[in-house]
Amino acid sequence: MGAAPTRIGQQDPELVERTGFSPEQINNLHKRFLQLSGNKDTISRENLNDIPALAYNPIKSQIIEAFFDKRNQHDSEVGSLEEITFQQFLMVMSHFRPPTLEMTAEEKEAMRKEKLRFLFNMHDTDGDGKITLEEYRKVVEELLSSGSIEQESAKEITDAAMLEVASTNVPHMGPEDFYEGITFEHFEQILKGLEMESRMHIRFLDTATVHCGKS
Amino acid sequence: MAGLGSVCSRRLAGFVSLLLLVFMAVIGSASPDAATGANETLRNSSEHRKAFPVLAFNYEHVSKPFVISLWILLALLMKLGFHLIPRVSHIVPESCLLIFVGLLVGGIIKAMDQTPPVLDTKLFFLYLLPPIILDAGYFLPIRPFTENMGTILVFAVVGTLWNAFFIGGMMFAVCQIEAAQVGHVDLLSCLLFGSIISAVDPVAVLAVFEEIHINELLHILVFGESLLNDAVTVVLYHLFEEFAHEGTVTVGDALLGVVSFFVVSVGGVMVGFIYGVLGAFTSRFTSHSRVIEPLFVFLYSYMAYLSAEVFHLSGIMSLIACGVIMRPYVEANISHKSYTTIKYFLKMWSSVSETLIFIFLGVSTVEGPHNWNWIFVIFTLILCLLSRVLGVVGLTFIINKFRIIKLTKKDQFIVAYGGLRGAIAFSLGFLLTDTEKKDMFLTAIITVIFFTVFVQGMTIRPLVELLAVKKKKESKASINEEIHTQFLDHLLTGIEDICGHYGHHHWKDKLNRFNRKYVKKWLIAGDRSSEPQLISFYNKMEMKEAMMLVESGSAAKLPSLASAASLQNAQQRAPPKQRAIPSISKTREQEIRKILRANLQKTRQRLRSYSRHDLFSDPFEDSMSEIRFRKQRVQMERRMSHYLTVPANRQETPSARKVWFEPEHKVYTYDESESPRDGAALETLPDTVSLLSESPQRPGQSSRLRKRGDTEPSANAPDSQEEPQKLSRCFSDPGPKEEEEEGEG
Repeated sequence: MGAAPTRIGQQDPELVERTGFSPEQINNLHKRFLQLSGNKDTISRENLNDIPALAYNPIKSQIIEAFFDKRNQHDSEVGSLEEITFQQFLMVMSHFRPPTLEMTAEEKEAMRKEKLRFLFNMHDTDGDGKITLEEYRKVVEELLSSGSIEQESAKEITDAAMLEVASTNVPHMGPEDFYEGITFEHFEQILKGLEMESRMHIRFLDTATVHCGKS
Repeated sequence: MAGLGSVCSRRLAGFVSLLLLVFMAVIGSASPDAATGANETLRNSSEHRKAFPVLAFNYEHVSKPFVISLWILLALLMKLGFHLIPRVSHIVPESCLLIFVGLLVGGIIKAMDQTPPVLDTKLFFLYLLPPIILDAGYFLPIRPFTENMGTILVFAVVGTLWNAFFIGGMMFAVCQIEAAQVGHVDLLSCLLFGSIISAVDPVAVLAVFEEIHINELLHILVFGESLLNDAVTVVLYHLFEEFAHEGTVTVGDALLGVVSFFVVSVGGVMVGFIYGVLGAFTSRFTSHSRVIEPLFVFLYSYMAYLSAEVFHLSGIMSLIACGVIMRPYVEANISHKSYTTIKYFLKMWSSVSETLIFIFLGVSTVEGPHNWNWIFVIFTLILCLLSRVLGVVGLTFIINKFRIIKLTKKDQFIVAYGGLRGAIAFSLGFLLTDTEKKDMFLTAIITVIFFTVFVQGMTIRPLVELLAVKKKKESKASINEEIHTQFLDHLLTGIEDICGHYGHHHWKDKLNRFNRKYVKKWLIAGDRSSEPQLISFYNKMEMKEAMMLVESGSAAKLPSLASAASLQNAQQRAPPKQRAIPSISKTREQEIRKILRANLQKTRQRLRSYSRHDLFSDPFEDSMSEIRFRKQRVQMERRMSHYLTVPANRQETPSARKVWFEPEHKVYTYDESESPRDGAALETLPDTVSLLSESPQRPGQSSRLRKRGDTEPSANAPDSQEEPQKLSRCFSDPGPKEEEEEGEG
């Protein structure tokens, strides 16, 4: 089922260009894709859910959702997919490429924006372009792997965090103003100290080795 | 006026220091005289009965500690003096100035025909070096260190080996030149010399790099290298020294050398690890004797160093490992004061050590003995620089293949240029036993040290500016950044899992989980052991906030009346679940309240409103400032109650190490920029606390700051309704205010 793994990189040079991966990396990822999907053409949420190593991850559901989020496909559509093809899988993965030495400052800036946008989309689950307090609170709760005890702490931390965003970005709010939620610009602003382009990446294998098994 | 003052202070400083130098020299020379003087009186006394001595002079009784103290005092006064001369301290790094002073002192002492004290190797390695290394290791930034561990190790091990062999080999070739008259230096001695001088010195690197505030990556690369190359240096030094006498090194010995390297480094780390765990475990039980907590940290670390030295393992690596392992657990256990004590003592000791080292270096230079051989010295210098550059460039080429964030040419230059040599090389050279070559070697070593410290140390700052190397970014504690750092960690681990390969993040995550599940339970006392990291961070931030508020409060002027009544009304409310009431004394509590009330006048609220739901409409008041004021009181109530009801072991939690406090950017600040530190909305305290005593049934929501859009406005409204009324009754200290109208009484 599907193209033979060794040829997909060469078959679709457009993939290389769109995602920025090298052909070997695409091959490796394709092998992994086939593993996850059980040799089918598309992956569903259950396939990703079944990965045993993900079980410990507190933000597992958000990560899986991110794969099925249309906004991460550079399509400017909103909504979520039921199943994703390999191209879409690759698009999502391309957000995690590291910057290269040859990149100019503008390219690095663009990459940073792209990665921040990915993060933003992960938080903004209802797709209205703003991270509201509730959405942010959910994030913090997941991070704390909250039992009932940490509910309160999650609230406080979220409140403090939102306050920080508001006070950094909108320093002179009048008493009548209501801070609706974190917009993308504000999000960029508060996270600019983190140098996202250098931090948000994983190492993609160049050589033709792939671990066996689903984990 | 100011110029005159500075000129006067300069003159004064110069005069005082000169006086001290002379005094120092006199004492140094006086000690033998005092001894003879005592003998004479003794002889005289046997001849006739002497009168009871009202005033006697008995110097040699205290001579040793006296001289030591005087030296240290001199060193510190010098350090003080440098900062009175502003222009110089900008251009010349402190280490240079100190060496210079050492030269002066040595010169003076020599001019008086005395023997100046030399940098004794035992003194250096056992007393002067450990504090510096412990300070470095304890405050080592772990994240960049572990992220770049591979690179650092390559530089430290391979780089140092390359340096040693290159320099040693080339020097041997140089020695063959007839004109140099150093033909008697054989290969092994050259290699020994190479191994001594090849290692980058942590003391010198720290001294110079600390002043240039370079970005974290470069700093950790050079600094980490200087720490980890100790194992290589130890092995090479012992290896060549053993066999310098034999004259040959067999292949078997070389292999043993390699094995020895692993033993030395891994063994050193293991020793440090054991002592670190012991220290962490001990700190778990110190809740009743807080005063001795810092001592445990210091002693366990020092024991780790000494134990490693017993077995000829790498003491530096042991010390670093001990500090790194111990730190997270100890900090969770000890009181805030102990943390501050540890921090300041370490800084103090390392500062004194560093100063003394450089001064002694200067003094020892004057002392000699020197055997200046032009060719040897010049070539050593050239080869050092050359091998460093070649090593760094070559290694970076290889490393960049494996790194994701590659090192640029600028980075390479700084790493190469930052390879300073220092006192360790000197002390190792001093340990040499073969006197003939020793002098020559020592001269060369001192020359290289001087060159690197003076020339490279002085020029690195302008070079950094010139090349526009990224500087250290001033980061303030940000809860958002912390949240997202953690979020990223989990995200990247998850993506790695989806990709299917076990990468860096996967193992880090596993380690964290292991740490959380098992290790923390053993090493951290009480319920802190199960606290998620985000909550710890948040609490640390809050605690630091509260402390800052208290401290800034003490600077403000006290109001004329401090109503005792409202103070006495204040009681602590019932603790929220899982917290114990702290044991602050009543007087302290009142003191805190008094100070906090002192900031009554200076209330501003930076963030007027976070959500419309916070604006409760109050039929009684209609002025804007009133509404604002009330909100502040509510918020301060939370803050104060939290601060006072934090449990004993929590209250003293150490502040987050990275928190860089800038009042304007405080997360919870209420101040506008005009009066930064004064009274961030603290005036509400007495009232709010009294409020609390009157409404103890308020549910747990009051324990924290509640500042933003609540989605239950209905819950807010009744709270806010009752509060103003109660507060208006309790509030009894109007005080002069610029903005707030306190109409109530």
